[in-house]
Amino acid sequence: MSAAPPGLNDVLQRTFSFPKRHFLSSTDLNEVEVASLLDLADGFVSLNRQTSKKLDLLKGRTLMNLFFENSTRTQSSFELAGKRLGADVVNMSPRSSSISKGETLIDTAVTLNAMQPDLLVVRHASSGAASLLSQKVGCSVINAGDGQHEHPTQALLDALSMRRAFGYISGLKVAICGDVLHSRVARSNIAMLQMLGASVRLVGPPTLIPPAADRWNVEVFHDMRRGIAGCDVVMMLRLQLERMDGVMAPSQREYFRFFGLDREKLALAAPHVRVMHPGPMNRGVEIDSDVADDLSVSLIQDQVEMGVAARMAVLTSLAARLENDR
Amino acid sequence: MSRPLAFTNARLVDPASGYDGPGSVIVTEGVIADVVQAPTLGGLSADVEVVDAGGALLIPGLIDIRVKTGEPGAEPKETLKSAAQAAAAGGVTTMVVQPDTHPVMDEPAVVDFILRRARDIELVNVYPAGAATKGAQGQRMAEIGLMHEAGCLYVTDADRPIVDSKVFQRVLMYAKAFDTPVAHRPADPWLSAGAAATSGEFAARMGLPSVPAIAEKIMLERDLALAELTGAKLIVDQVTTAAALESLKRAKDRGLAVTATTSINHLSFNEIDIGDYRTFCKLDPPLRSEQDRQAVIDAVASGLIEVVVSAHAPAPAEDKRLPYDEAAPGAVGLQTLLAALLAFHHDGQIPLMDLIRTVTSAPAKLLGLPAGRIAKGAPADLVLCDLNAPVVIDADRLVSKSKNSPFDGRRLQGKVLRTVVDGRTVYKV
Repeated sequence: MSAAPPGLNDVLQRTFSFPKRHFLSSTDLNEVEVASLLDLADGFVSLNRQTSKKLDLLKGRTLMNLFFENSTRTQSSFELAGKRLGADVVNMSPRSSSISKGETLIDTAVTLNAMQPDLLVVRHASSGAASLLSQKVGCSVINAGDGQHEHPTQALLDALSMRRAFGYISGLKVAICGDVLHSRVARSNIAMLQMLGASVRLVGPPTLIPPAADRWNVEVFHDMRRGIAGCDVVMMLRLQLERMDGVMAPSQREYFRFFGLDREKLALAAPHVRVMHPGPMNRGVEIDSDVADDLSVSLIQDQVEMGVAARMAVLTSLAARLENDR
Repeated sequence: MSRPLAFTNARLVDPASGYDGPGSVIVTEGVIADVVQAPTLGGLSADVEVVDAGGALLIPGLIDIRVKTGEPGAEPKETLKSAAQAAAAGGVTTMVVQPDTHPVMDEPAVVDFILRRARDIELVNVYPAGAATKGAQGQRMAEIGLMHEAGCLYVTDADRPIVDSKVFQRVLMYAKAFDTPVAHRPADPWLSAGAAATSGEFAARMGLPSVPAIAEKIMLERDLALAELTGAKLIVDQVTTAAALESLKRAKDRGLAVTATTSINHLSFNEIDIGDYRTFCKLDPPLRSEQDRQAVIDAVASGLIEVVVSAHAPAPAEDKRLPYDEAAPGAVGLQTLLAALLAFHHDGQIPLMDLIRTVTSAPAKLLGLPAGRIAKGAPADLVLCDLNAPVVIDADRLVSKSKNSPFDGRRLQGKVLRTVVDGRTVYKV
């Protein structure tokens, strides 16, 4: 028997049963549970930096990635998380197969469910799709993005990145900038950051801020300079370029002028400011390369690393819940 | 001809005459032969079927002027027969079916088809509403005169607003010549495009594409202005927002020939009922805020909204068990209309007489129907109802072929005991 990798005991001690069978929304967790997941994820970060990354915590488990929408990084992040934990991982892109033959989301779910997966990671273009699916299957469902609703593992990995960068989250001033209206990342982050005691600002043109956002206990700014002034974290959101062609904003260059993050605007934030982005980035539209690539301010690459660890924490915890439910 | 029928010992509520009190009714040859404002009747011949109501409510049969079936074209959703059965079970004795069928009811042959089918089914009265424009496409006028002659009660493009103001103006002008009302859905098409919910905190949090409530007022203002210009009879198809009610009030105060409806769903539910993406609550127009709902209740109570409709729109499970923005809108409602309406009486929000009026004498007056009243010589369309009996709505047990009821699981009070159409008992507990 080979020696346990250093750090594994930490992880084992920190493993706890997920409070719900599914992880669909940031609001499925409370503050204590998020902190416990972040602790667990911290353990996985250490393990992931070792040469031998393979664990057997999910040995025998089957993880199914069901991505109705294209995704490279989220899907590979979940895939890697599952594989490092020793699960069997299957990737499905029903877009290209059954859906085009008229099969509904529910039919697909029921079919896949019959293959007895333990963990089902779902991304779908419609808000509420993950919730709908979770009502029809016996396994745990993880929402990897449903329409414009939520993407809770992204919020978790963002919280992990912030906590590791600052040591704490409570009291941080976080500006979420850009297309908040269409962003599931923003919705999950707002809920989780507020739960953890951060104060949240939303920055963007009025056409890209939800009409009732002022009732979310956030401050809304349509002037980016004022919006990010004094902020500890500037979180940029991805823009869909086709919305920048006179649809939601007049042009890409006008958007960049007023809402793109460059050195000049960033100088107004707190001196120790950190910049985040869920990726993939549109350089020169929402963020200047100069800022994105500056490792002294950018957490963007950390976020990708933290993504794998945060998802390993979620998968481990959900599997522990499945074990308990037996 | 069916056997003569007499109801005794009933509580008559007849909005046409304003009478609410003890009463008896005699029905012969499909017509109300006599109404007596006393619990008992003397001198009935032996062949009369006497129903002792035991104090139960006897009201005119309900007239529901906005019903969709799947016939012709989408019979697996609902046929005229299954809709008529649901209507009978719900105390609805007259239904006006919408023209957005396949083919669209935009010419007299389809109108004839509906009327013939209804005659064969012989359950409740069925009248068609014709399409206002060919194919309900909003571009060229349909055969409004010929359809009127064939038996259409009004014209409408149902859920589709007629976007082109010129076309709508001509429809109003032309329909006026036949004294045919024009029903129109007030919804700004551009603001409404792709929307699944009403803009606000709820829709934003749930990430649902939404339409601002004001889209209703925008289109209504145009419709009212054109109605005033042309002098046509306008039916505002489902007013659901406080903002639109302000416009409506102003127009009515100025004496415009406009009648507004609302749906039982918008009276009974608000956007929060959508909850965790319950597609049975996906409606067109979408559910509104609680403030809007309260404003609509007040408008029914004050008579600003005169007619309540079920907005019966069957959608089978396969059209509803989808992600919210992909699911079909609409709810069945024929069978639950009366009990859902009575909730406002039981809650003390709207007087019983006013509630019953919105589904009997008011729509009858609007469309010139002889029914909707309990009076000597009127068609014997009657509903006997236990006003206080508790019912729990179980969508799976509804008569409709489609079970998409947002009232599923709701506890209501008011049970239909017997439904009579033209003197024939078409439903009995």
